[in-house]
Amino acid sequence: MKLYRADMHIHTCLSPCGDWGMSPKAIARKSRQMGMDIIAVCDHNTAENAGSAIRAGQNYGITVLPGMEICSKEEVHVLAIFETVDRALAMQAFVYDHLPGKNSPNLWGDQIVVDENDEVVDENSRLLIGATSLSLYEVVDKVNYFNGLCIASHIDRPAFGIISNLGFIPEDLRFSALEVSWRISMREAAGLIPDIAGFPCITSSDAHYIEDVGKAWTGLMMEAPTFTEIRNAFEGRLGRRIVHRDTARKEDG
Amino acid sequence: MQAADLAAQFNLTVVAGKKGLERTVSGGHCGDLLSEVMANAPVGCVWLTIQVHQNIIAVALLKEMAAIILTGGNRPDEETMAKADAEKIPVMVSDQRTYGLAGQLYSAGVV
Repeated sequence: MKLYRADMHIHTCLSPCGDWGMSPKAIARKSRQMGMDIIAVCDHNTAENAGSAIRAGQNYGITVLPGMEICSKEEVHVLAIFETVDRALAMQAFVYDHLPGKNSPNLWGDQIVVDENDEVVDENSRLLIGATSLSLYEVVDKVNYFNGLCIASHIDRPAFGIISNLGFIPEDLRFSALEVSWRISMREAAGLIPDIAGFPCITSSDAHYIEDVGKAWTGLMMEAPTFTEIRNAFEGRLGRRIVHRDTARKEDG
Repeated sequence: MQAADLAAQFNLTVVAGKKGLERTVSGGHCGDLLSEVMANAPVGCVWLTIQVHQNIIAVALLKEMAAIILTGGNRPDEETMAKADAEKIPVMVSDQRTYGLAGQLYSAGVV
């Protein structure tokens, strides 16, 4: 087995708050530079740049997983990461059916769909920054229905997190993992938020600018950089496991 | 009433967006879910919230708000202050909780 470095929360230029420099190609190149093996692109309420990111990743030897960061009606952000683009797009269709409003680029930012060669393909006109009309339960259930990884975003942050907005993690919500932001260590998070005990925890960059890609990552000890192996690592099955960064550095030699 | 009068009358500290203090206040709104505020806040209102994320400035622009008051001792993020300055949206802070401050504003005729 080998230690893989995964930054599983990266925005592209399709997120209104994502910088124009966040093209799939630039992200793949930077991920490579930063020593990442696996990344997931998770734009707000959309996966339209996921296919390009996967193709760009192939050109740079990076495994890219298609994902999105969905905003529930409680304004809790949830990462939904899938095995295939088809499943991500199926989830996207469900999200779009429950996402009201139109974007105002001057208020929220541009939403650019690009291909793997940095060519602009389209501009998304939906209010991607907005909240869906879906409850957190509906979001989590649907992600699980499409066999995705469902990860509560930046649970230590004061906005758009499950702890900040709902106070605690309901026991019957079927998260695959929780994301602790790069701002604090896992030890600090465990002290601040007792609820996370028992959940697999990851950390990631939540990059909106190219210089932030790969600045935080989660170590995954597994056989291959595949979706199934990542799930096994989350669940601690077959000897696969999450290795937190301080430990990962040592194990990485 | 202008945003500047609010700050003076209710002992609020203006921490950003000072160039917008001549904005006229018409009505008020309390809320911390941005989607709810976007849907229901009246145009030109003063908005009381505990949300400090930079998205509050875009919401304020959308509703042409007169000012944002962060209650309960909350302070804006740095990005929030930069956006408030750029967009001339006054951001004020108060140690009072939303309920109490809203009551004072309402009693004083900010309705």
